[in-house]
Amino acid sequence: MTFFKAENISIDFGGIRAVNEVSFDVEKGTVFTIVGPNGAGKTTIFNIISRIYNLSEGRITFEDKDITHVPAHQVVNLGIARTFQNIELFEHATVLHNLLIGRHIHCRSTFFSDLFFLPSLKRMELEHRRKVEDVIDFLDLQHYRNQLIQNLPYGVRKIVELGRALCTEPKLLLLDEPASGLNVDETEDMSFWIDDIKKLLGISVIMVEHNMKLVSQVSDHVLAINYGRVLADGKPREVQENPDVIKAYLGEDKDV
Amino acid sequence: MRIIFKTSYLQDIKLLKHNGYIFWYGILLFALLIAPAVLGEFYIGEMAFIFIYAIAGLGLMIPVGFTGLPSLGHAAFMAIGAYANAYFLHKGIPFFISIFLAGLISFSVGALITIPLRKMTGIYFAIASLAFAIIVEEIIAHWKSVTGGLGGMSVDYPVIFGFELDSTWHFYFLCLAILLAVLYCALNLVRSPSGRAFIAIRDSEISAESMGINLSIYKIKSFAISGFFTGLAGALFAHRLSYLTPDAFNFLLSIQLLMMVVVGGLGTVHGAIFGAIFVGLLPQVIAIAKDYLPPAIGQFPGLEPGLFGIIMVLFIIFEPMGLYGRWVKFKLYFDMFPLYRKATFKRQKTYLKTERVQ
Ligand SMILES: Nc1ncnc2c1ncn2[C@@H]1O[C@H](COP(=O)(O)OP(=O)(O)OP(=O)(O)O)[C@@H](O)[C@H]1O
Ligand SMILES: [Mg+2]
Repeated sequence: MTFFKAENISIDFGGIRAVNEVSFDVEKGTVFTIVGPNGAGKTTIFNIISRIYNLSEGRITFEDKDITHVPAHQVVNLGIARTFQNIELFEHATVLHNLLIGRHIHCRSTFFSDLFFLPSLKRMELEHRRKVEDVIDFLDLQHYRNQLIQNLPYGVRKIVELGRALCTEPKLLLLDEPASGLNVDETEDMSFWIDDIKKLLGISVIMVEHNMKLVSQVSDHVLAINYGRVLADGKPREVQENPDVIKAYLGEDKDV
Repeated sequence: MRIIFKTSYLQDIKLLKHNGYIFWYGILLFALLIAPAVLGEFYIGEMAFIFIYAIAGLGLMIPVGFTGLPSLGHAAFMAIGAYANAYFLHKGIPFFISIFLAGLISFSVGALITIPLRKMTGIYFAIASLAFAIIVEEIIAHWKSVTGGLGGMSVDYPVIFGFELDSTWHFYFLCLAILLAVLYCALNLVRSPSGRAFIAIRDSEISAESMGINLSIYKIKSFAISGFFTGLAGALFAHRLSYLTPDAFNFLLSIQLLMMVVVGGLGTVHGAIFGAIFVGLLPQVIAIAKDYLPPAIGQFPGLEPGLFGIIMVLFIIFEPMGLYGRWVKFKLYFDMFPLYRKATFKRQKTYLKTERVQ
């Protein structure tokens, strides 16, 4: 069985084909990285997987289930959580609150029990807090627990967003540029966390990243795309040395 | 300065977080209970009126302050609650059932109206809700057999277990009891998964959806429960007015309700209460001020709505966190004295995302 499979996915925006017949497989327990120059269509692939956009053509399967047409809010129920390139946190809420929203799919209360805060709900809430506390410990967020997101520095927000995705207890994590905007130390931390997420938590990762050092440190497999098409597909080294990829990044030399 | 060490998860969940809360809220409740024995009838009546506003304010705070759905049509829910209650009482239905049914009808209308509105955001949502309120006003004006049309309808005194609530202090306690019940439910909602989902939708729809929150369902829930609370307020309002006409529930009332939550402080339960006190007292202050103003200004038509608008704008510009935000800063100043820094709240922003036209 294939864990995650994208078959010939394409999407059109007006006349532009932002993603063009891209296919790839992700194996369970690996870190799969998508690289490519700006505007290549990486984020668009994520938005297709999380069903923000409708596919024009193609098919996506996850654990042998066709997920091409599930509603957007159901994707996380299947076990696919994500982060956003431009950080989409709940700005006016605390870190704890944000992480608790990550537990939403595991909250099994009725509207009635919410209104009266019945004892069963109280028990469940305590359980969710315990789970959230595990994530806080894992990512070293103790210090920020009760701070509002709007008062946090950029690097911490990135980590909170990662934490929120982990709170959903996913099987597959989509990370859109987890290291963008981070300094060298923070990037180093991020690379350890991604490794831990894979090895300790057993969560598979699809990542978009520009930082080649991080890419080669954590990835098991790399897919390079440009103009919505696949350029190369293979081990990190192979892809980095692929002439098409080098050309795409450095630009074409007209004299040659 | 009080420092609270958190030793269990329960501390975050509890409504009364420490003994200071119990003490001060206990005193407040005691003062409210003995007020009718101390204050004159006029003041008791005005306080009951503030309680009604507070119930409606809590109702409006849920969609506007928590879910981020700016409603300009909440007078419609007041109207539905008021007319339904008056109608059922005429039919001889006991008061508690009648007011509950009034809330329930308002709840259902809130749920139904959100189905077409659920994909709209910001200014479009506001305009659609305004249109809804106008439609409700028209229906009331024309549905003579139930509402008495433009001629209006009278409201019977509430009768509870054969006991007629005909004096001001009866009504005062009735309003207080319902306010406390609604307040309790609102506070519960805010600390529950539903309340968190509302806040998530307010702050980022795209990421709320990616966390598994069904946007339509939660917007509908938010508006429905808001309809229920505001409907209850309307039912009580009917008794306060004692005679209902459609123009008692016009656009101005919607604006007044909105001003209440904005001035009180969006996104807080306290804000609804602070706002109700403010809106309840404002007309008195204006009435007193009129006597001292030159007649050209004091007798100017439309002075009140004009002032409402100006006050709302001033708050949005200078104190987006409302009266409650002011209060928090005031408290913090004394808690932290002499360490308070002016920059502590530098990064605050308002929640009302009408500028998010997408
Ligand atoms: N909603 C949309 N409507 C129209 N065009 C879009 C839309 N979303 C993306 N595009 C286009 O699709 C192309 C790919 O965009 P995408 O955001 O996927 O790039 P990316 O690879 O993530 O780039 P970056 O590295 O800058 O994040 C771009 O040309 C973009 O303009
Ligand atoms: Mg991108």
